[in-house]
Amino acid sequence: MLRVHDLSVALPGAGSAAPSGRRLVDGVSFDVSAGERVGVVGASGAGKSQLVAALLGLTAPGLEVGGSVRVEGAEVVGAGPAVWRPLRGSATALVAQDPGTALDPLSRVGRQVALPLRARGVTRREAGRRTEALLAEVGMPGTARRFPSQLSGGQRQRVALALALVGAPRLLVADEPTSALDPTVQAGVLDLLDRVTGPGRAALLLVTHDLAVAARLCSRLLVLDAGRLVADGPVAEVLADPLLADVVAASRALAVTR
Amino acid sequence: MSPLLEARGLTRRYRDLTALDDVSLQLGAGQRVAVVGESGSGKSTLARLLLALDTPDAGTVALDGHPVHPGSARSLRWFRRRVQTVPQDPGRSFNPRMRVGQAVAEPLACLQVHGDHSARVAELLVAVGLEPDAAQRWPHEFSGGQRQRLAIARALAPRPDVLVADEPVSALDVVVRLQVVELLAQLSAAEGLALVVVSHDLGVVQHLCERVLVLDGGRVVEHGPVPQVLGTPAHPVTARLLDAVPTLAAVAP
Repeated sequence: MLRVHDLSVALPGAGSAAPSGRRLVDGVSFDVSAGERVGVVGASGAGKSQLVAALLGLTAPGLEVGGSVRVEGAEVVGAGPAVWRPLRGSATALVAQDPGTALDPLSRVGRQVALPLRARGVTRREAGRRTEALLAEVGMPGTARRFPSQLSGGQRQRVALALALVGAPRLLVADEPTSALDPTVQAGVLDLLDRVTGPGRAALLLVTHDLAVAARLCSRLLVLDAGRLVADGPVAEVLADPLLADVVAASRALAVTR
Repeated sequence: MSPLLEARGLTRRYRDLTALDDVSLQLGAGQRVAVVGESGSGKSTLARLLLALDTPDAGTVALDGHPVHPGSARSLRWFRRRVQTVPQDPGRSFNPRMRVGQAVAEPLACLQVHGDHSARVAELLVAVGLEPDAAQRWPHEFSGGQRQRLAIARALAPRPDVLVADEPVSALDVVVRLQVVELLAQLSAAEGLALVVVSHDLGVVQHLCERVLVLDGGRVVEHGPVPQVLGTPAHPVTARLLDAVPTLAAVAP
């Protein structure tokens, strides 16, 4: 599904001879199979979001991406729109961190969800029907006529998820999808991600700084530290790794005890 | 004797929405109270009213029995010297064109606090675990966690009696979150600082506060000692907030 080999993202001018501190992502390799759910964890600044951007061809201009990323066999590092067009939305889709900025404030929710369908030649009526069904699936039935400003943060994140799912992607990449949300709303979005991804459904690459969130959904964890992949394995095994001892200890210290 | 900070019957309406409905709160010196609730329950509205940043439609806020109302900087100087705030987003709460030392000293200047400001800044930077020479650097040179420490240093500059913090750690990752929570707990214990902590994170509340007030739809639905409210929640909202938090317990002991 996804093969990442020796991926790096560097600030301009940071060749192989430059200090590795200038590499935001540094020699990362891993695979994700169909239907697999993988968590990417690490502290702030570990390179999680840069990794996601590089996987999806969304790296900011001026940063240099090296190595290889194959999405269903297609090399996407340095690839242009012609390579991405058949992949984006159907092979991969992104749920961004901030649902506020992922949606067009001037366009009704239904129209935004239907847009990719219409662009692929689906009839207006059929697109409308599928949009309504998708909004119902994410727990937002009957909201197609609303504008994003008329929705709460949690509702917007559900719409953003509908928008990501509209092309029936085989890999869903979610970058901190719940960190902007309150815990009860977060629980709803996590349940939803649990329903739409997993074996037989979409694969999930879930970026989060919250180990408990990753453990809730994923079977495997990748740990990034200063741009490097420092651990990769089953959740329980990685959580027991001394590398994560301080994070696990802090998570437990701040966990609610009853 | 009147409590240090007291809110009585605070009500705030926005058109036909009642954001806060008859909320009362008493805070004694050195006490640590949490305000929890779901999105839209009125947490931040309460924090703004306690800080005299907004005018209630009904009710009063008083410090040591003296009522306080939003007004000019001059009319609030006495209040701001004693009640300070730590904002939610450490990234956006600093002027990017002001050196950190000047930013931390700003309340001292604005509130006309006497004394050696640069010495006080150096002392504050050390208190929050930063190097004194951080004063010469710019906000963008600091990480999110460091900037939140700076925000705490700035709030503590005029030696307030009360700190009202609206989600002070929710933007931070968990290791830094724990450090900042422990810093607040330690400062409160060492300096007798009273805290009002607005948070949706019950783990933080448990770690930091002794009393908790649960808001739902602008009303107080539960209020009591933390062990009691979180141990045997009496209201469905409290139970829901408790159940919603994913924990690591299920994965590894």
